[in-house]
Amino acid sequence: MSMFRPARLFLIAALLLAPGAASAKLFDPAVFTLPNGLQVVVVTNMRAPVVTHMVWYKVGAADEPRGKSGIAHYLEHLMFKGTDKLAQGEFSRTVARNGGRDNAFTSYDYTAYFQDIAVDRLPVVMAMEADRMANLRLTEAVALPERDVVLQERRQVVDSQPSAALNEQINAALFLNHPYRLPIIGWEHEIRGLTYQDALDFYRTWYAPNNAILVIAGGIEAQAALKLAETFYGPIPSRPVPTRVRVQDPPRNSTARIEAASDRVRQTAWSRRQIAPSYHRGASEHAMALQVLSEILGGPTGRLNRALVQEQQIAISIGAGYDPSPIDMSTFWIFATPRSTAAGDGVAELETAIDKIIAEFLKDGPTPEEVTRAINRSRNAALYALDSLPGAARALGAALATGGDLAQVEEWPERLAKVTPEQVKAAAVAVLKRDVAVTSVLRPGSAF
Amino acid sequence: MIRRLRLALGALLLATLVGTTGAGAVDVKRVVSPGGIEAWLVEDHSVPLLSVDFAFRNGASRDPADKVGLSRLATSVIDEAAGPYAHVAFTEKLQDLGASISFAAGLDTIGGNFRALTMNRDASVDLLRLTLTQPRFDPEDLDRVRRQIVTSLAREAEEPNAIAGRAWNRAAFPDHPYGRGSRGTPASIGALTAEDLKAWAAERLTRATLVVGAAGDITPDALGKLLDQAFGGLPNGAAPSALPLTAPATAGELMIVDKNIPQSVVLFGHGGLRQDDPDLFSAELVNYSLGGGGFTSRLTEELREKRGLVYGVGSYLSIYERAGLLLGGFSIQNSKVDEALALVKQVWGEMAEKGPTAEELANAKTYVNGSFPLRLDSTAAVARYLLGLQLDGKPIDFIDRRPALYNAVTLEDARRVAKRLLDPAKITTVIVGKPEGLTATRAPPPGG
Repeated sequence: MSMFRPARLFLIAALLLAPGAASAKLFDPAVFTLPNGLQVVVVTNMRAPVVTHMVWYKVGAADEPRGKSGIAHYLEHLMFKGTDKLAQGEFSRTVARNGGRDNAFTSYDYTAYFQDIAVDRLPVVMAMEADRMANLRLTEAVALPERDVVLQERRQVVDSQPSAALNEQINAALFLNHPYRLPIIGWEHEIRGLTYQDALDFYRTWYAPNNAILVIAGGIEAQAALKLAETFYGPIPSRPVPTRVRVQDPPRNSTARIEAASDRVRQTAWSRRQIAPSYHRGASEHAMALQVLSEILGGPTGRLNRALVQEQQIAISIGAGYDPSPIDMSTFWIFATPRSTAAGDGVAELETAIDKIIAEFLKDGPTPEEVTRAINRSRNAALYALDSLPGAARALGAALATGGDLAQVEEWPERLAKVTPEQVKAAAVAVLKRDVAVTSVLRPGSAF
Repeated sequence: MIRRLRLALGALLLATLVGTTGAGAVDVKRVVSPGGIEAWLVEDHSVPLLSVDFAFRNGASRDPADKVGLSRLATSVIDEAAGPYAHVAFTEKLQDLGASISFAAGLDTIGGNFRALTMNRDASVDLLRLTLTQPRFDPEDLDRVRRQIVTSLAREAEEPNAIAGRAWNRAAFPDHPYGRGSRGTPASIGALTAEDLKAWAAERLTRATLVVGAAGDITPDALGKLLDQAFGGLPNGAAPSALPLTAPATAGELMIVDKNIPQSVVLFGHGGLRQDDPDLFSAELVNYSLGGGGFTSRLTEELREKRGLVYGVGSYLSIYERAGLLLGGFSIQNSKVDEALALVKQVWGEMAEKGPTAEELANAKTYVNGSFPLRLDSTAAVARYLLGLQLDGKPIDFIDRRPALYNAVTLEDARRVAKRLLDPAKITTVIVGKPEGLTATRAPPPGG
C-alpha cells in the first residue's frame, strides 16, 4: 500500500487504465455546472446498486504558502473533525453505519474526498459532504492530536522507509524552484508549526463550490444525480477563489547525484529521473508519445528488461514510468535493482549499459512494431478499467482537477493510437537528456 | 497521502471474512463442465471480459520441511513460459491478447487468477491450459526468478512488518507447518531445482483439489467448455490428508526484535475461530467494534482519535484452514509503545468483560450487511468472492442467507462470544524497534 507518493502515482494507474475501450466513448459521462460554479460529472453504470461519490478540490500541496508545507494534507485530516451539525468523527461513523466506506487523499494538484455506498444512501453522504464544504468547525482541542497523527503518519511512511526518505531528497534536487520539490505530507519541522488557524485559512481560501468537482459513478441516472446535487450542493454560495499561481523552475543545466546508505537496506536501488513535459506544461505535444516511450523502454518485455534482466543479467528488475497529468512539469523515470556480484554492487555497469541502450534509442528510435505493440497493450489494459466504478470516477476527477477536459480521458485511446515512431523518438530526444538527469543510489550499510 | 491506514496484513483476511450481504440480485450458478469440473459463476455481460479465480487445496504448508519456499518459487516461475513459448514469446503473447495469468502460494492453497477479454478469450484460455499442463521451468527463467525472490527475501529480512509477522508465527506455531510460513530462505530457495518444480506441478495441480470461481461475460455453456479446455488436462490426483488442527501457543509473551528504527512496529494477538465455528458471525461483529471497523472501532478511537498516538491501528480475524487467529497491529514512536500497548489491553479487556454495546452491535450489523454490495463491484471481485465461498465451505445461496445470519446475532451472543474470544492475558506481542520502558519475556524464536 503506497500511502506516500499518494495520488500522483495512483493517478498514473488510473489514467492508464481508465481510458478504456476502443470505442469512441469510454465512460460516457454526463456533465453539468451548477449556478454556483460546481462542476458535476455523472457516470451511469447500473451493474450494482452502489455509487462512488467524490468531491475534488482544485488545490493541493503545490498551492501551499511558503513555510507551511503539509497544510493541504493536514486540512484533509481535519475535514473529518466536524461542522455545526456533525460532531468530531461523526462523518465516518455515519458512513460506516450506512454500510459505506470513506476516505480522502491529497496530491500536489488536488485534494479529494470520497465515499463508496449503496445508491439509496447517497443523499446521506451528499448532505454531509456539502455541509463540510462550507461549514467546517475546528478547535485546538481536536486539531492538536490530529497533528500528532500526521507526524506519526510521516514517521511511518517516510522516516521508516529509506526509499521514501530518499525520494524526498530526490524531488528537492530535481525541481529547483517549483513546489513539487516539497513533500506532500510536509517537512517535519514545518508540520510541527502548523495550526488549526492555518488550516482554516487554507480552507477558506480554496474550498468553494466554484473550485470543486463533484463526481458520481455508479447505479444512478444522470438526471437523478443532478437533482440530488442541486438539492445538497446548490445552496452553497460561490466565493472568489485566487488563481493558482506557482513559481516555475529555471532550466536545469547540471546533473545531480543523490546517494544515501542505510543499514535498513539490503539491496542497492538505483533510479534516474528527468524533468518532462505534462499535458499542461512544457512541450506538451510530447505527452502522449512519452506514455508509449515508458512502455517501450520499461515494459515487462521492453528494451531495458530484455537487455539487462534477461540477456545481460546485470539487473534483478527494471522499469520506467511517466505521469502526464501534473498541472506543471512532470518527470520521466527509470528505476532498477542492479545485480551485485563479488566484484561490487553493479551500479557502474548498470549505468553504462543503460546509457548505451538509451543512446541507441535516441539515434534509431523505436521500431514500428514496438510502437504498435505498446499502443495495443495500453488499449487492451484500458478495457479492464470499465470493470471498476472508482476507476472511472478517479480518472475523470483527476483530469478535470488538473485543468484537463473530459476529452483527455474519453479520447485517450484514439490519441494514443495516433502516436508514431517518429514522435516517440522526438519525445525521447526532448526528455532523456543525460546532462540534466538526476540519478539516485540507495545502498545497504551504515551512512557514509 | 491517504488519511486512513488500512493494516496491510489485515486487509486481505478482512476481505474474506466480512462475507456477504444482501445483494439479493446476485445470481450464483453452479456450472459443471462436460468433463466434470465444477465452478461457481456470476454472469455479467456488461463489460466484455472474464475473470476466473481458482485454487488448489494444496498450499505451501505442504512444502517439505527441507524445501520451504517451494510453492513460492514454483508459482513465480510457472507463469513465465509454457508449451512452445519461451519467456519473451509467452509474455508478449499474453500482453498482446490483453490477458493475464498469475499464481500465488498461500499456506492453505495455491491460488490462480486468469483474466481475458471476450474478443481474445479462446486464445487466452489456451495459454492458461499450457501454463497448467505444460509449464517449461526453463533454467534461465528459474535463475532469474530465483534471483528476484532472493532479493525480496533480503528486503523482507529488514522489513519490520515482515520481521514481526515471521517472529509471531514461529512463536505461535512452533510445531506446525504454519510456523514455517511460505516464503523460504535464501538457502532453501537456492537449493530448489527444475525437477523439484516439475514434481510440484504434477503433485499439487490436481483436479481433486481444484476449486473455481468465475464472473463476467460468459454463458454457463461456454464456461463449461472453458473449464475442460483449461483444466481438463490436469491429473485427477487425490485429495491430500488434512494437516493437523492447531491452536496458536500464546500465553501473553512479549518479544522484542531490536532494530534501530524511528518507529516500533507492533504485532499482537492470540487464538481466534476457525471457519466452521458457529460463533464466527458473532465474532466478526465483535471484532468490528473492537478494531476491525476502521474509524469507528474502539482501538482507533482510543489510540488515534483521542490521543494521536498512531496513524492507524486495527484488529482482524485471520482464518486458516486448520487454525484461527485474532491479530492486531500498529506503528508508533519508540517512546510510546508502552502506553499504547497498555491501552490495547485495556480496550481488549473491557470488550471481553462487557461485549459491545447495543448500539455498537447494531452499527456493526448495518455495516457488515450494508457494505456487502460494494465488495462485488467488479468481475474480478466477484470471481474472487465465489472462490472464497467455496473454500470456506459455504452453501451456494450464502449471499442470500448472509444478512439473516448476521442479523440473528443477539447482544447476548455478542457478549458471550466476546468473552470466549478475547483474553488480554493471552495476547502475545512482537515489537520490532527500540521500544522504551519494556522488557521482553522471551527471545524471539530463532530463524529470523
